[in-house]
Amino acid sequence: MLKFALKRFLGAWPTLLIMIAIAFFMIRVAPGGPFDSERKLPPEIEARMLQAYHLDEPLYQQFGRYLAGLLKGDFGPSFQYKEYSVSELVMAGFPVSLRLGGLAMLLALVVGVSAGTIAALRQNTRTDYAVMAVSMTGISIPNFVMAPLLILFFAVFLGWLPAGGLGDGSAANLVLPVISLALPQIAYISRLTRGSMIEVLHSNFIRTARAKGLPERLVILRHAIKPALLPVVSYLGPATAAIITGSVVIEQIFGVPGLGRFFVQGALNRDYTLVLGVVIFYGVLIIVFNFFVDMIYALLDPRVKY
Amino acid sequence: MAAVNPVSSSAVEGRSLWVDARRRLMRNRAAVVASVILISMTLAVIVGPWLVPFDYDFTDWSNIAVPPDLASGHLFGTDSLGRDLLMRTLYGGRISLLVGLVATLVSLLIGIAYGAIAGYVGGRVDHLMMRIVDILYAMPFMFFVILLMVLFGRNIVLIFVAIGAINWLDMARIVRGQTLSLKRKEFIEAAEALGTPTLAIIRRHIVPNLLGVVVVYVTLTIPQVILVESFLSFLGLGVQEPMTSWGALVNDGAQEMESAPWLLIFPAVFLAATLFCFNFIGDGLRDALDPKDR
Repeated sequence: MLKFALKRFLGAWPTLLIMIAIAFFMIRVAPGGPFDSERKLPPEIEARMLQAYHLDEPLYQQFGRYLAGLLKGDFGPSFQYKEYSVSELVMAGFPVSLRLGGLAMLLALVVGVSAGTIAALRQNTRTDYAVMAVSMTGISIPNFVMAPLLILFFAVFLGWLPAGGLGDGSAANLVLPVISLALPQIAYISRLTRGSMIEVLHSNFIRTARAKGLPERLVILRHAIKPALLPVVSYLGPATAAIITGSVVIEQIFGVPGLGRFFVQGALNRDYTLVLGVVIFYGVLIIVFNFFVDMIYALLDPRVKY
Repeated sequence: MAAVNPVSSSAVEGRSLWVDARRRLMRNRAAVVASVILISMTLAVIVGPWLVPFDYDFTDWSNIAVPPDLASGHLFGTDSLGRDLLMRTLYGGRISLLVGLVATLVSLLIGIAYGAIAGYVGGRVDHLMMRIVDILYAMPFMFFVILLMVLFGRNIVLIFVAIGAINWLDMARIVRGQTLSLKRKEFIEAAEALGTPTLAIIRRHIVPNLLGVVVVYVTLTIPQVILVESFLSFLGLGVQEPMTSWGALVNDGAQEMESAPWLLIFPAVFLAATLFCFNFIGDGLRDALDPKDR
């Protein structure tokens, strides 16, 4: 196990380097630049700006300069938000996205696994169809429709919850965005849980556990749930990385200053450093979470060996 | 066909995975009903546009933004440009169903092959293959789409490829996770002991036992793909006006949900109904393909 962890730790660095390199050159090859605007800049001013950001140097030199900066923990200045560095922007947005996304994932995990297990235990009955139909609404009705509907009902019609913004950061402000973020995840997790739980319930070791008279509750909790969670865990790695780095749709609808908007805005504005910054940030999360996922496989299923 | 093959006719008919699965699927009532609805929906989307008297980009100046109405002939009403919503919903369905099927198929084929090989072969190969997946996960998706568009021009096939190309990553990781656990099972050991070649083991023993989870994930990929398409259209990278898709219609409808709710309701109902059907067919298929459940 320790050897495996060490190998993965060493393997992470070249992965990260290739990630950065591909992203860096891909962004540069795409047409358009950070200072393109409706009104053309006078050529001498544009030249000065390119020079100030070292964009006039050959690409490989810029790449070297960027990597050297990274080693010192410097992600460069943002081209769009000129007063801020990329690190400042990311560090301002991340805590917000982490809180919303983390809570949403926790909620989705609890609700999704329970719903999936209940549905699997009552396979092909009315309960099963009802539970699955409800959980499917999370992806059948897109986020950008569901969120306004929730606002309309709970904030405007009932007046129970604030319609948007973080306000003073109290729990009431988080409820609607967290639910909107969690709904699609509930659909994924419950469907995956149901499918694999049904499969596990047909295995020999479950039949044995039942045959020796173990109460059904213990059969599920002690024997069935662990292997049944395997596909959920596979899904959870990348999904968690995605959800805690924010969702541009939810942030826009609820007026939350998270990280998600930088992914889209950065790309549309050709804010090279900002895009690279969020890509690297997200990439590190992917690498870390997928490492944990692989460790969890071995914990959930003793057959898994590396 | 005329000459009877003595071998196949005299041998006991083996029940292949697929024949068996089809028979069991036909016994699942929810799946059959869902299939019927889905097939009718597909037919409606293909044939329907010939039956509606308005073109999808035709502006009816005397009926701008009218609610559903029999008298004017706009059964689903019209949008703010006076275009018939029924016709647009049918046309949008063509795009959305096609995107859903093609992109899902792409992600399915690549994802299963990649994940099963990485998981089964294991070791250094697995490590390398999964690090490549990690790298692809972190790629800025929008730049990828923009680049494809620059290189090949704007066309619908490209959207399929782009969406399929990102969606196989999840599939590959899930398939690999299942394979890691599967490959230690007794029947795989038995196959290995018999000297079955690696690819044959993957094809005959690993993949059929993965299909349950895969089918469930496919039913989750289809809605995702349809919505990614609408996101791309929204950014101006997907289908372009006056052409449309269900995702794009729902997106437009959501902007006016209070003043003209029918613009949201009709396309949303079509989209949701389709996804529910896929869901129940998926569950039926999962049951039918489960090799343990006989």
